[in-house]
Amino acid sequence: MSTQSKEVEALVKKLYQHGFYTDVETDTVPPGLNEGIIRLISKKKNEPEWLLEWRLNAFRHWLTMTEPNWAHVHHPPIDYQGISYYSAPKSDKALPKSLDEVDPKLLETYEKLGIPLREQEMLAGVAVDAVFDSVSVATTFKEKLADAGVIFCPFSEAVQDHPELVKQYLGSVVPPNDNFFAALNSAVFTDGSFCYIPKGIRCPLELSTYFRINAANTGQFERTLIIADAGSYVSYLEGCTAPMRDENQLHAAVVELIALGRAEIKYSTVQNWYPGDEHGKGGIYNFVTKRGECRGNNSKISWTQIETGSAITWKYPGCVLTGDNSVGEFYSVAVTNNYQQADTGSKMIHIGKNTRSTIISKGIAAGRGQNAYRGLVKVLESADGARNYTQCDSLLMGDRCGAHTFPYMEVKNSSAQIEHEASTSKIGEDQLFYCTQRGISEEDAVNMIVNGFCKKVFKTLPMEFAVEAQKLLGVSLEGAIG
Amino acid sequence: MLSIKNLHVKADNKTILRGINLEVKAGEVHAIMGPNASGKSTLAQVLAGRDSFEVTQGSVRYQGKDLISMAPEERAREGLFLAFQYPVEIPGVNNVYLLKAALNAIRKHRGQAELDAVEFLGVVKEKMSLLQINEDLLNRAVNEGFSGGEKKRNEIFQALVLEPKLAILDETDSGLDIDALKIVAEGVNSLRSDDRAILLVTHYQRLLNYVIPDYVHVLSDGQIVKSGDRDLSLELEKRGYDWVKQEVANA
Repeated sequence: MSTQSKEVEALVKKLYQHGFYTDVETDTVPPGLNEGIIRLISKKKNEPEWLLEWRLNAFRHWLTMTEPNWAHVHHPPIDYQGISYYSAPKSDKALPKSLDEVDPKLLETYEKLGIPLREQEMLAGVAVDAVFDSVSVATTFKEKLADAGVIFCPFSEAVQDHPELVKQYLGSVVPPNDNFFAALNSAVFTDGSFCYIPKGIRCPLELSTYFRINAANTGQFERTLIIADAGSYVSYLEGCTAPMRDENQLHAAVVELIALGRAEIKYSTVQNWYPGDEHGKGGIYNFVTKRGECRGNNSKISWTQIETGSAITWKYPGCVLTGDNSVGEFYSVAVTNNYQQADTGSKMIHIGKNTRSTIISKGIAAGRGQNAYRGLVKVLESADGARNYTQCDSLLMGDRCGAHTFPYMEVKNSSAQIEHEASTSKIGEDQLFYCTQRGISEEDAVNMIVNGFCKKVFKTLPMEFAVEAQKLLGVSLEGAIG
Repeated sequence: MLSIKNLHVKADNKTILRGINLEVKAGEVHAIMGPNASGKSTLAQVLAGRDSFEVTQGSVRYQGKDLISMAPEERAREGLFLAFQYPVEIPGVNNVYLLKAALNAIRKHRGQAELDAVEFLGVVKEKMSLLQINEDLLNRAVNEGFSGGEKKRNEIFQALVLEPKLAILDETDSGLDIDALKIVAEGVNSLRSDDRAILLVTHYQRLLNYVIPDYVHVLSDGQIVKSGDRDLSLELEKRGYDWVKQEVANA
């Protein structure tokens, strides 16, 4: 390896910043998975009978399934009986009603993560729901949102307060038997965020959820359900971190989005789960099912994801374009360094007429990282005039990493237009030399080049998140002059 | 300003420069001419710090310091500028953003305050008109989709903004039509000053019709084989390089 690519590698090696552990008393169920555990979780959450049945059905189905092995990732078998499926910070009250009732240690944790919930209360702009291990600890700005008729609350609260909405939409985009990890999630999910935007309402705040895995030997199985009723708009942000541990931890979430007629949902993720150390020890297995359905005509769902963490990432946020003229978008930056593996991409299912989808995927591989794009574009017979544009670019740093592209297309309507572009490039020594010859340090030059590579995706992020995303990549965002 | 003594350079185990000697003082313009593969571009890149070349013998002192031991960015911050023969494309990186980062890195090194966007645009505006750079070019990605002429004009434009002490222009005239050549030459002439030296590396003498050098050196097979003033370049234009080689062979 040339000295230059070694330097590039050194530059991309940054220590994980969120690897601390918060010592709070927890209520954790013993490891293991059986119907008894599921009944216990359901009981702890005081759930109605139908939801328990729903969980049990998912569990029984899960027992008949096998773990998928088609992804371009490798890991030792997961011991599903060795995981604890519920862990909650101990608290006298069932759910905190205000921040004053939240354990100060938890608030401290979120402050360390750069999400001071207290300040959030003062500053308008972003409403935060914070999920710590298995439960949601605080949701800010509830009142302001309630004024607009927006429901934004922990999932378990929605089950109590809005059971009809939950029952109507839960599992309607990602059915419990959709895939192995979705079935597991459906059986044991513990909390997550719920959001409902009423007809014609433009949500006055960016909604945001921060997920934190804290306890050891636990999995996190959260469930997010967002419903944008006709003509509404919401922008939703999700951030994730976890302590540094030598063992791998499983995160198997399900996110369902439903956009009714003319509604628009913008969903942005900055995923920074612990990626494991530089020898590949530890880290989160991030096996997540995210899917949105543009159920109404002229609706739009846009996914943006910045994936920097996790030992293994396995996720394909997709859109089912049911409504005529509906639009699905997927913008992704996935970074793999050291021994990280990512198999990620998108699924766009065209059902309605004149449906359009765009996939922009930017994969960056460094160290021994393996980065795969896997995408499916499916055009059904009914989807007259469907169009898709896919662009996946890979950037390699050093010569021990890998980039792979697996595009799948199934087109059953001859009026469809499908375009696919792919490229792979290496951070060029010419580019680095050009920048350093102008007086720019090598570190800044790498940041600049990487940032330039990701620009199309960063542009789609809400401002606050773009700043966070660039910090995560260790890049400084380009100030647009002029 | 620049003192090159007995410089030997290798790349991929092949010796390219075999004993270059050159003294350049502030205020002077030197033209380095020579046939293809004589080592002109290698000399330019070695001075700028390209690490694919290995200095095997000799020394280069720049403003009294050992140039060879300095990293490329240190050389740049100390005022050494290379206008590239083939400026590289950097997708997604705004041209003007790169230039601002470069200028601020250099200013910081000099202990000057960094310029904000407004101050920077003030500096840039004035140089833009000289090289007929329009705003569109500033806001495009670095060199991406630039025509040959735009790339070269952009290099000189960068030099004007960064105000180097030693500007090395590597084949800046190649691939330019006559109008673009005049614009670039005007830019180079405006760089000339008493405290700045310019090294023009060129195959043809046509740029020298517009930028009159103080000294002309002929590089052949890795050595400077003949030096003179402007008349030498005119003679080369008329007679080609072979007679110089012949002269060397006979000597």
